Amino acid sequence: MSNTPDDRKYADSHEWALLESDGNIRVGITDHAQELLGDLVFVELPEIGQKLVQADECSVVESVKAASDIYSPVTGEIVAINNDLEDSPEAINDSPYEDGWIFVIKPEDASELDNLLDAESYQNLTEDE
Amino acid sequence: MGFACRPFFVENIKMTKKTILNSAHRELGARMVDFGGWDMPVNYGSQIDEHHYVRQSVGMFDVSHMTVVDINGVQAKEYLQYLLANDVSKLTRQGKALYSCMLNEQAGIIDDLIVYFLNEQNYRLVVNASTRDKDIAWLTKQSDGFDVSINEKPTLAMIAVQGPKARQKVCPILPERLGFAAAEIKPFNACWHGEWFVGRTGYTGEDGFEIMLPEDKAEGFWKQLIEVGVNPCGLGARDTLRLEAGMNLYGQDMDESKHPLESGLNWTVSWEPETRDFVGKQALAQIRQQGGLDEFVGLILEDKGVLRSHQQVVLEDGSRGEITSGGYSPTMERSIAFARVPSSIGKTCKIDIRGKLKDARVVKPCFVRQGEVQI
Repeated sequence: MSNTPDDRKYADSHEWALLESDGNIRVGITDHAQELLGDLVFVELPEIGQKLVQADECSVVESVKAASDIYSPVTGEIVAINNDLEDSPEAINDSPYEDGWIFVIKPEDASELDNLLDAESYQNLTEDE
Repeated sequence: MGFACRPFFVENIKMTKKTILNSAHRELGARMVDFGGWDMPVNYGSQIDEHHYVRQSVGMFDVSHMTVVDINGVQAKEYLQYLLANDVSKLTRQGKALYSCMLNEQAGIIDDLIVYFLNEQNYRLVVNASTRDKDIAWLTKQSDGFDVSINEKPTLAMIAVQGPKARQKVCPILPERLGFAAAEIKPFNACWHGEWFVGRTGYTGEDGFEIMLPEDKAEGFWKQLIEVGVNPCGLGARDTLRLEAGMNLYGQDMDESKHPLESGLNWTVSWEPETRDFVGKQALAQIRQQGGLDEFVGLILEDKGVLRSHQQVVLEDGSRGEITSGGYSPTMERSIAFARVPSSIGKTCKIDIRGKLKDARVVKPCFVRQGEVQI
């Protein structure tokens, strides 16, 4: 069974979004998603300063099996990216919720997070798949 | 997250077929996927670890989904000489194997296969699983006028044990007489005893065996292999291993719309003796005479990223080709591919990856053999 921490919100497209104390939102993919993808071998990161609308494609993760688009969970501007993933994409497999974060976005309106799923709803979604 | 391409996740609702080892895979916690209508393990955890087991020590694959067909009869040899683009008359020693394409009248590739020579009246073919129905229909149709019978062997399981330590692990646990024989056979040869059949063949670029055995013995033998330290590997690792080894995958690198001369398979077409006719020969000879054929090359991505099938190859003169198989090479820790490209291809080219042009180097499509990088 996949791990789904209840301190953050989830998109049905398998990203997680964690609201931090400074009001920014950290984003990555879920344990369930990394399990589906298998070994990650490449991550195409967004650029700092890039402006995004909720559900925009902004990054690509590639595993041995497939390439997958990552969508922004909220509207806003990219303020940090995880450069460590360029050399160690496997961090997403090993630590999807901590070391494997992909980017941090400064939201225009953090209440967009309310449109996302809580941990329990996301867990139910993945069990139905 | 959205899957841009999902080669292993074929969405359909029809019932998938299961090999006799299905429950053994599930007990091991395999991730199972629909693989051409078969419910097969794609990995048992990490595809990359499984790849390294085969390159560095030993791994095994359940390939029982593959189709085994025996050709028996007084005209078995004449029939296969007509059916296949390679010439089975090259096979004179009992147990010798040959790789060949089976062409249609237009020289399109119906399937690729291995044929084993048992004797002049008995041969064994191993063809792909996904092409089973059309292959059997074609074999039957072409047998018209030949005194042969075509006997599919659906009750044989098949386990490929591959890697530098494969032989030392397998020989001691084979049924006794077969173990001694298997230790002696040379690469691309086979031996057998009763229903057990051992070929020193594979699809990984490493030494090893492909073992056919009765279904009721398969699970016991699989578990014995685990006990002696052979690592189960999924079809995901099989794909990256064959890509590194420069081996084509039917349905991806070639199909009925492609002929061997544009698929890197010239070496499998036997033009001599001239007196031998085979299905597709006339069309293929015409194609060869006309010239101007595309080339089948290997690519190494110099930039970061992953090459995938159907990405466009952009040549220096602006002409274009296409990647047929691509992926990540765990041995080389970079992305590699096969591509079909215009013959004006130089030593380098660009690959269009999501609208960005990335640098690639053009090489012979054989990247890794026997654990060694060939480039």
